[in-house]
Amino acid sequence: MSAPTDRRPADRDPRTPDDLHHSRLDDVPGIVASTVRPASTRPAWMLAVAFVLVGLALWQLLDLHVAAAVALAFVGYLVVLYVVYLRLGGERVAKDHLVRALVYFAFALAILPLVSLLWTVVAQGAGRAFDPDFLNQTMNGVTGLNDQRYASGEADFVGGAYHAIMGTLIITGMATLISVPIGMFTAIYLVEYGGGNRLSKSIRFFVDVMTGIPSIVAGLFAFALFTQIFGIRDAKMGLAGAVALSVLMIPTVVRNSEEMLRIVPNELREASLALGVPKWRTIAKVVLPTAASGLASGITLAIARVIGETAPLLVAIGYARGLNWNPLEGPMNTLAVYAYFMFTKPLSPAVRDPSLERAWAAALLLVLIVVALNLLARLIAKLFAPKSGR
Amino acid sequence: MSKRIDVNDLDIYYGDFHAVKDVTMTIEPRSVTAFIGPSGCGKSTFLRTLNRMHEVIPGARVDGEVLIDGQNLYAKGVDPVDVRRQVGMVFQRPNPFPTMSIKENVLAGVRLNSKRMSGKAADELAERALRGANLWNEVKDRLDKPGAGLSGGQQQRLCIARAIAIQPEVILMDEPCSALDPISTLAIEDLISDLKTDYTVVIVTHNMQQAARVSDKTGFFNLKATGQPGELVEYDSTQTIFNNPREKATEDYISGRFG
Repeated sequence: MSAPTDRRPADRDPRTPDDLHHSRLDDVPGIVASTVRPASTRPAWMLAVAFVLVGLALWQLLDLHVAAAVALAFVGYLVVLYVVYLRLGGERVAKDHLVRALVYFAFALAILPLVSLLWTVVAQGAGRAFDPDFLNQTMNGVTGLNDQRYASGEADFVGGAYHAIMGTLIITGMATLISVPIGMFTAIYLVEYGGGNRLSKSIRFFVDVMTGIPSIVAGLFAFALFTQIFGIRDAKMGLAGAVALSVLMIPTVVRNSEEMLRIVPNELREASLALGVPKWRTIAKVVLPTAASGLASGITLAIARVIGETAPLLVAIGYARGLNWNPLEGPMNTLAVYAYFMFTKPLSPAVRDPSLERAWAAALLLVLIVVALNLLARLIAKLFAPKSGR
Repeated sequence: MSKRIDVNDLDIYYGDFHAVKDVTMTIEPRSVTAFIGPSGCGKSTFLRTLNRMHEVIPGARVDGEVLIDGQNLYAKGVDPVDVRRQVGMVFQRPNPFPTMSIKENVLAGVRLNSKRMSGKAADELAERALRGANLWNEVKDRLDKPGAGLSGGQQQRLCIARAIAIQPEVILMDEPCSALDPISTLAIEDLISDLKTDYTVVIVTHNMQQAARVSDKTGFFNLKATGQPGELVEYDSTQTIFNNPREKATEDYISGRFG
């Protein structure tokens, strides 16, 4: 839309403030407002379909590498999209569509590995993971011979992950029991009592440092600690693994909880204090319930972060073939370690497939446990969420 | 159930910043006292020192004394928690607890002070407090619904109910109507007039008509220049302040010729 010059009275100086106040932006000298014409989104979709076909053609007919084909087709799409919308709606509309396309593409690129990973795990693991025998048996007494007989069809599949499932639950549960109180109380100190004093600043610094600890170092720390206490022969136990995992978990719990406590409005604390409620009860009865949903999901994230750890557990706990309920004595097994061993050291090097099957099934079970934890956290969040509605 | 407040030579500081200078005043029991003045002159800060809520802000401290029926709030060994049970407070923005129902909100002060309470006593107390805040008829059928679902004006009356449920001697209100529409404001103002039969009410407001409508006495706070401490310029009956103020600054402010 070009600036209509007849809008401005000819007998007045266009730059007087009075005039500036009343005119349209287009009428102010020195400003050219960008044009925006309404344009339908249909051309964008049609172009998208067309360029998907172009990409397929580049890939299949011209025999380009699939990544190159996708990249070329996408760049072509962006150029044509921009030109088309420049004509249809003006520069701003064209930029809008350009950025929109970039965002969608980035999103697709980001979830592609996730979808692929889930697909692979489910496809490879589902066959064995839900087999009741696999869920109920341990690896005690299972050797490469069993696998060879199974592969040649002479015997049934034997050997499962029961001990690894239980080990995962016990060790992660103990790590949670250790880390959650420590992490939560640290976060409460930082938000409610520390108030930026030197102690809280240094705590925050060291928590950040702890976040960066490589997991193998945490494992070595726990192993060294338990060697000091129990001697090198008896140091490998579930508790050592739980301690190693808490070293990794505590900083995550502190950071997540701190964020959640910080977003509780100060007005609620003031309201409670003004009712003559002591500070500790204000924290326990007003601040924590208000933040409960966020705290629950923060803790779940922290658990999900450590449940798949392999290296520190290998160092601190070792590897058990059978079930061990006692976390205070002897090696245990977890799903991640189980999958690692089945993959790298198949029972029968000649017949790898049964061991790989076990590894994939363990991986799938691990993913399912994490998903279940997430659902549980959502449920808790829903139960505690601030209520609204009339 | 209401008490008299004497403030003697009270100075308030935030760290090194001298926020309010040398306030001396007497607030009568069973009356409504309003504080008016420009933003940043320290009236809210002063209000908060009447129940030691200013201590929530790091670095805040006071010099001088505040006597409630002769007992100094700032004497050694006085617990701020105890002070706040006697002197309740209502804030500018309605702040019901989002995790609690209407009834739980009203009883929050009592419950959180961990006193034992029978179900019958709880029901009676909730009803009395809600009636006291003119809210009972509007919410009696949905006491178990969340407090955050009420309208802004109802939420503010819920906060007043919550404050009076702990049976304080004094109720402080920090601009209780500034976030509300005119009808809700009217409801709160009516309520303030009712409250003064039982309580000592102190209110900070930016709305001078409101001060003139609801208060018996009015204090005008001002500061000489930015960076200077705020001070109590004039404190007198509302009639006098609005019709015949002693100080030029008060007259200028009230007639809108301020600044």
